[in-house]
Amino acid sequence: MEKSPLIKVKGFFSSIFAGLDRQLGLILLGLAAVGFFTFLSASQNTPVQIADELRNLALSFLVMWMVSRIPPKWLEMGAVWIYGFGVALLIAVAAFGLIKKGARRWLNIGVVIQPSEIMKIAMPLMLAWYFQKREGIQKSWDYGVAAVILAIPVFLIARQPDLGTALLVFAAGLYVIILAGLPWKWVLPFVGLGVIGILLIIIFGSTICAHDVVWPFVHDYQKHRICTLLDPTSDPLGKGFHTIQSMIAIGSGGFFGKGWFQGTQAHLEFIPEKHTDFVFAVFSEEFGLLGNLILIALFFALIKRGLAISASGPNLFTRLLGASVTLIFFTYAFVNIGMVSGLLPVVGVPLPFISYGGTALVTLGFGAGILMSIHRHRRLVQS
Amino acid sequence: MVSFKKPDLDSFQERIHIATLFVTFCFLLLITRLVWLQLVSHGKYALLAESNRIALVPAPANRGLIIDRNGIVIGRNYSALTLDVNAEEVKGNVDQLINDLSEIVAISPRDRRNFKRSLEDSRNMGTFPLRSMLNETETARFMANRYRFPGVEIRARSFREYPYNELASHLIGYIGRVSQRDKERMQTEIEGAKADDPDALQASFLPGIQYVGKIGLEQSYETVLRGVPGYDQVEITAGGKPVRTLSSSPSVPGKNVVLSVDIKLQYLVEQLYGNFRGAFVAIEPKTGDVLAFVSKPNFNPNDFVEGIDSVTWKELNDSPQKPLYNRPLKGIYPPGSTYKPFMALAALENKKRTPSQTISDPGYFDFGNHTFRDDKKGGHGIVDMQKSIVESCDTYYYMLARDMGVNMMHDFMKPLGFGQITGIDLQGEAKGVLPSTEWKKNTFKKPEQQKWYEGETISLGIGQGYNAFTILQLAHAMANVANNGIVMKPHLVKAIEDPFTRNRVLTTPKESYRIDLNAENIEVIKKAMVEVNNSGTSATAFKGTGYQVGGKTGTAQVFSLNSKDYKHGSTAEFLRDHALYIAFAPADKPTIVIAMVVENAGFGAQYAAPIARQALDYYIEGKWPKEVPEWKRAP
Repeated sequence: MEKSPLIKVKGFFSSIFAGLDRQLGLILLGLAAVGFFTFLSASQNTPVQIADELRNLALSFLVMWMVSRIPPKWLEMGAVWIYGFGVALLIAVAAFGLIKKGARRWLNIGVVIQPSEIMKIAMPLMLAWYFQKREGIQKSWDYGVAAVILAIPVFLIARQPDLGTALLVFAAGLYVIILAGLPWKWVLPFVGLGVIGILLIIIFGSTICAHDVVWPFVHDYQKHRICTLLDPTSDPLGKGFHTIQSMIAIGSGGFFGKGWFQGTQAHLEFIPEKHTDFVFAVFSEEFGLLGNLILIALFFALIKRGLAISASGPNLFTRLLGASVTLIFFTYAFVNIGMVSGLLPVVGVPLPFISYGGTALVTLGFGAGILMSIHRHRRLVQS
Repeated sequence: MVSFKKPDLDSFQERIHIATLFVTFCFLLLITRLVWLQLVSHGKYALLAESNRIALVPAPANRGLIIDRNGIVIGRNYSALTLDVNAEEVKGNVDQLINDLSEIVAISPRDRRNFKRSLEDSRNMGTFPLRSMLNETETARFMANRYRFPGVEIRARSFREYPYNELASHLIGYIGRVSQRDKERMQTEIEGAKADDPDALQASFLPGIQYVGKIGLEQSYETVLRGVPGYDQVEITAGGKPVRTLSSSPSVPGKNVVLSVDIKLQYLVEQLYGNFRGAFVAIEPKTGDVLAFVSKPNFNPNDFVEGIDSVTWKELNDSPQKPLYNRPLKGIYPPGSTYKPFMALAALENKKRTPSQTISDPGYFDFGNHTFRDDKKGGHGIVDMQKSIVESCDTYYYMLARDMGVNMMHDFMKPLGFGQITGIDLQGEAKGVLPSTEWKKNTFKKPEQQKWYEGETISLGIGQGYNAFTILQLAHAMANVANNGIVMKPHLVKAIEDPFTRNRVLTTPKESYRIDLNAENIEVIKKAMVEVNNSGTSATAFKGTGYQVGGKTGTAQVFSLNSKDYKHGSTAEFLRDHALYIAFAPADKPTIVIAMVVENAGFGAQYAAPIARQALDYYIEGKWPKEVPEWKRAP
């Protein structure tokens, strides 16, 4: 008997989704839906079309799907090559990259690419590979080697300069190193130093932000970002404008929000980069605290699920890689919401799955694909 | 295929738990922040979002007209197409923008200067005209190129215009763009108004006020003429682009002011002065209506409206002729012999002289070690009161001053208005000096200067010494005598007119007060002053009038020439005497009094009186002198 067309279609879909984690899939679908509906409102008066967003979502899904089919073993084998390729590209950028807005971040290879983006995945891959290699024979100096692996690309990215990406790459690597067992006695002093540093900046903000004070190691515009964060009103029409306007958008949203397409801050162009980095302000203004709680709950669910998948990974490489990727999702979300709500300095970090942007969605799809792949291969191993 | 050691997995699980805790902590931090923003501070941010969104776009009110007593409009508005530039859109590239625009419409260096000044004054906020009075070709050319110039648009704007240019410039004054100081001043005014009337919120809408009266009647009647600007509540984008109008409050046009001034008389007198400098005030004694208020030389108030350019400003400001100086209001002059009729009246009222009482004038008067000279060598002989006025005998008044003393003179002259603010409806009136012992004590610092010396009393009698009055005061005093002691406050504005209904509300004040003067005494003085024009010093100027005129000439020394003979023409122009003249006519029932000065002209009879004669001929009989071009109504 011939199978009915409906069953054929059903069969086709079930074969597509076969092996994908249902929970993670639903969470990602929820985030993508929030992202899409926010995009419809946020992209008003921008040259971006709905088709672009749909294409990006489709592309992201495709990347995720393809990566989910790749056995983690392959990634493990390719890790060194991907990392090496990434570092080579970064060196190429330093040598003959394109300069835009005072930063040398891009490389023209027919299309213009930003190699630092590759490092967001390549870094955890490489470090997870290294710790997998040293599993069982791990020594203290392995953390030194890991630190060097981490430092080279971070240094290259930081001097482009692109402090935001450098920090994210650094965080991705650091997660691997810490999860690999870096002794707490080495971690805690740095945490302590960081806390003290932040407190000092907050307390002495007005002194060190004086116009003629030059900060070591950081560019003037980076100093401005931190200083306007401490006191956005110091430059309400200039550097502080973005932060002030996005805080107004969020605050004026209230508990229930102004309603979809009703955000005045967004639609009257008071929010900069409203469909990309500052999309959270648009979402917040229109959907209020209620929407925000739902969104944060989705992110929290994503991370919980991601970590759970990682914990069930077949080997150390997959566990480290999965957890690191998951924590990168968290870092993106936290840093983005933090900066848009005026808690953190403005760095170019998109809100995962919500911000418009092809590169970011592809990277995120890649990350999600890794988690899917780990999930898929766990079962194969255990059965 | 892979088996891992249990401790490793446990350690990994433990770290995952810690990571989960860290993530939870961070998300709680975010939620706290969002609760703070969206619940606790929601009100504040909602308000900020609203004020972001809504802009009040001012709709300036039409300024009231200035109309003379016969309905001739001397201050009006016209509408013209202007090229408006939004300052915020221009940012740094003003010159580039103007250069590009000048390829399409003509832009003069003056336009450029004025525009840049407006930008600086406003700190780059708001919209300003770069060019006004665009013609059709220019308008069409701009419209075709409009896409190249964001922030530049063509708008119909209302402009202030004084159609007769220089005519009556000091009395009309002018308006100009609101300066920072004007704004602060208006703010305090408005706060005062709000304290009286909390609903007066509309009037506090300062941004709608773009021009303000700077001087003259434009200044003193600012609140009447201005009206109340309206505004539209407009939703705007961050870039200031209007999206839609939410609500609007229409402007209330200013009211017209109707002058007591006869602008044709004003024109005639200004023409008659020619190139002479001076002041001329004519008042209707019964009402206090100021009929003419001349200050020569003039300036063109139209130059000031959109901001005067520096070249013209420098020219006006640096000129030794002082064209910007409002002479009848601020210029103080010794009254000279025009003071004598008032002195004579003072003598009668204080019973220091009778009309028939005579003195003998040898041509000088000795007091202490000083000899006070009479104008006429050898003296006027036997002089009674009438003769003292008709022939302007100085000795008579030296003696009278000595007999009255400074304080008696002061007490009599004060209610007549000498050395007092008249309260005319213009700002910046000078007070002048009416000396008294007390005045001297209060004015000087050193004890020897504070003391009054009897010798200083003598020259007061002939309107010299410390005496210094404005021409407005002199006219006012003349009007008070002509009006038999009933003091009417002089005023330039007769009525306020509603621009729609044309209903007029009279502003004419009632009498200020009454001076108790004996009618017979007044008659003596008036008769003597009529005789001045029949047989006395100004008889030539007033030969053959169809009406009777009372007058008195005066010559005020610019500074003491000691006893050297005064030869007209040999003194540098600015050191020559001022010619003064006062008059009232018709003598039996005065409808007009005049006080005037022709600066550095010489004798009053020769230079001032003929001008007064022609002004009176016109005002009383409607005769227009042949040598003066006919009055033409402005188009």
